[in-house]
Amino acid sequence: MNDRHHLALEQIRITLGEVTLLELDAAVGPGEVLTVMGPSGSGKSTLLAFVAGFLAPAFQATGRIRLDGRDITRLPAERRGIGLLFQDPLLFPHLSVAGNLRFGMPRSTPDRSDRVEDALGEIGLAGFGDRDPATLSGGQQARVALMRLLLSAPCAVLLDEPFAKLDTHLRHEMRQLVFSRLHEAGLPSLLVTHDREDAEDAGGSLIQLSA
Amino acid sequence: MILRLAPVLIVTLLVGPILAGLAMAVLPAFGYLPALGGDTLGLAPWRQLVAQPGLWRSVAVSFTSGLVTTAVSLVVVLLFLASATGSRLDHWIRRLVSPLLSIPHAAAAFGLAFLIAPSGLVARLVSPGLTGWERPPDLLIVQDPWGLSLMAGLIIKEIPFLLLMSLAALPQLDPERRVAIARSLGYRPTIAWLKVVAPALYPLIRLPVYAVIAYATSVVDVALILGPTLPPTLSVSILTWFNDPDLSRRFMASAGAVLQLGVTAAALATWWCLECLATRLIRHWIDRGGRRHGEKPLHLAGKGLILLASLIAFIGIAGLALYSVAGFWRFPDALPQSVTTTHWVRALPSLAGPASSTAIIAIASTLIAVVLALAALENEQRTGRQPAQGRLLSALGLLYLPLIVPQIAFLFGLVVVMESLGTRPQHGLVIFGHLLFVLPYVFLSLSEAYRRFDPRWTRLALTLGASRNAAFWRVRLPLLLAPMLTACAVGLAVSIGQYLPTQLLGAGRVPTVTTEAVALASGGNRRAIGVWALVQASLPLVGFTIAIGLPRLLWSNRRGMRGTP
Repeated sequence: MNDRHHLALEQIRITLGEVTLLELDAAVGPGEVLTVMGPSGSGKSTLLAFVAGFLAPAFQATGRIRLDGRDITRLPAERRGIGLLFQDPLLFPHLSVAGNLRFGMPRSTPDRSDRVEDALGEIGLAGFGDRDPATLSGGQQARVALMRLLLSAPCAVLLDEPFAKLDTHLRHEMRQLVFSRLHEAGLPSLLVTHDREDAEDAGGSLIQLSA
Repeated sequence: MILRLAPVLIVTLLVGPILAGLAMAVLPAFGYLPALGGDTLGLAPWRQLVAQPGLWRSVAVSFTSGLVTTAVSLVVVLLFLASATGSRLDHWIRRLVSPLLSIPHAAAAFGLAFLIAPSGLVARLVSPGLTGWERPPDLLIVQDPWGLSLMAGLIIKEIPFLLLMSLAALPQLDPERRVAIARSLGYRPTIAWLKVVAPALYPLIRLPVYAVIAYATSVVDVALILGPTLPPTLSVSILTWFNDPDLSRRFMASAGAVLQLGVTAAALATWWCLECLATRLIRHWIDRGGRRHGEKPLHLAGKGLILLASLIAFIGIAGLALYSVAGFWRFPDALPQSVTTTHWVRALPSLAGPASSTAIIAIASTLIAVVLALAALENEQRTGRQPAQGRLLSALGLLYLPLIVPQIAFLFGLVVVMESLGTRPQHGLVIFGHLLFVLPYVFLSLSEAYRRFDPRWTRLALTLGASRNAAFWRVRLPLLLAPMLTACAVGLAVSIGQYLPTQLLGAGRVPTVTTEAVALASGGNRRAIGVWALVQASLPLVGFTIAIGLPRLLWSNRRGMRGTP
């Protein structure tokens, strides 16, 4: 997990019909967080959708996304190696906590069960593997979601306002956890938010989009 | 690749047979059917048809029963929704919708017949006390010449259908907010709903309403049980001519099928005119701004009518059960003197064959329909091409085609096509016929859940490295298990209730519970009818029980899976 990854967004330009939604040219180094801020309607989520590979056909995008030098602009979402963290933890309700963690693990991973147990221990949820995710608290669910993301061994991470729905006292704690883990793993991250504190805690560079 | 073919396959499967069937009804109607020696075009079949005694009366009964059934059912449903206030009674009625809908038409019709017949349950309850009848009165209540009992039987079944369609469409209208605004302007609740929600709801349920018109103008099984006999409805007459040993009457039957198409089209056109008229009247009513007047009667009617209809349906089914175990039962007695299992024991040996045929046909057609519907919907999600406003209309319109073109008008032609292709009547052909009607319902039932499904689940699965197929099998399918099983149950219920496709495409050689039950109608052996109709009514319930029970069992340990994801 200590590989060094680079994410480069080269001359990205997303348009809807005649309207240009956003233009962006940025590079994110290993362990760095690039924060994109802007009011709703400024194209933040469209940018995430483009990078993740879910851009709706109505939009047109030019420019290139490079991950570790490899052009992934035309790759389907599942082969890009880009992980996503949403506002909601979105733990699969039909799987157990361990099942959720296992879901994203590459098949070649050795000792899957041990890895899952270790991961649960790291987020203070040792022994929670067989639990129904719906019985976990909001903070616990958020931690499991983060672990699930890390275990899927992505090469870069997109954060879609991941702290917006947490209680204030949890928010700071969760930010610390997310940013430190992403930093440790050496993952370049793209954070979309409209909370200035998110940007401050992230510590990386900041791009402000206008509406 | 295969996914991409699914929409095309569905449309071909639905539209192809209907067009072929219609063509092979129109050609013989003008004398062309080389297999039976008709090789010159002419109007002879029509002359023969017009000369049939009572033809115009048949046409009139078919036409009016279609319009009256639809109008009454729609009014009852709208009034109920308007007067529903979320009370316990309302919840109870909403819960009854699915089981009521799952009762096959024939079983509901038999239930009603047992209830209102001169020697039926109602007459027994009020006799001799209120009526003084010591023996069944000589009245033609069931199968009355005006088709009133036919309409009543259809209304009982169409109310739950329209109610379910309305309940599915309502959430997108945000009715609570609309009513709250109107009430803050001084409108009483029932009137507020009728003035601000109903006008927006109707366009959303217009296609189901048209389907009810088409169904009610051309129904065969209910008409055989409750409809008039001398002359019968047009659809029943056509079936009689078609089955006539004198094969030359098939030309006339084809002309009749084309006439049936015209009658249904005329009923739809008339309804459309009535729609325009009603729109004006209602706009005037809304503009006048009345807020209170009429609230009480409208509210009472809304609650009372639907309660009456549901009670009739359920007491009818209870009546079937009672008759199926009744021993000696003298007329004015409300209950039989003894209870016996004789009728069941006698029927059991002959039940096994038709029951397994019914199950095989229902399961096969439903499975095919579910696979096709899933493939088409999954394709829609993957290509990201949600049906646009214009396309939605056309795609949905095609789905409704088998529900709006009268069965009897194209099934004959289809039989002729199959005969000329040398296909022998067998289970496969019947399954194919059922698929035409199962597929639209399965698709409509599934598409709603599918399109409402939160796209983030799939995105999440993909970003975690799962392939598109893995995301489908491991995330979407398990999360949509409950609505998928419901769609299966709907498909099974639709197939189990089919009479005409089974009868025609099976050439009477593929007996199902439904064809056997309807065949008993003319015999009048109420005990036997009770057994068969009850079996017919309970088969779809098996499907719904599984659809409700299985997810609960599977997800008993997953709180997030109760309720829809």
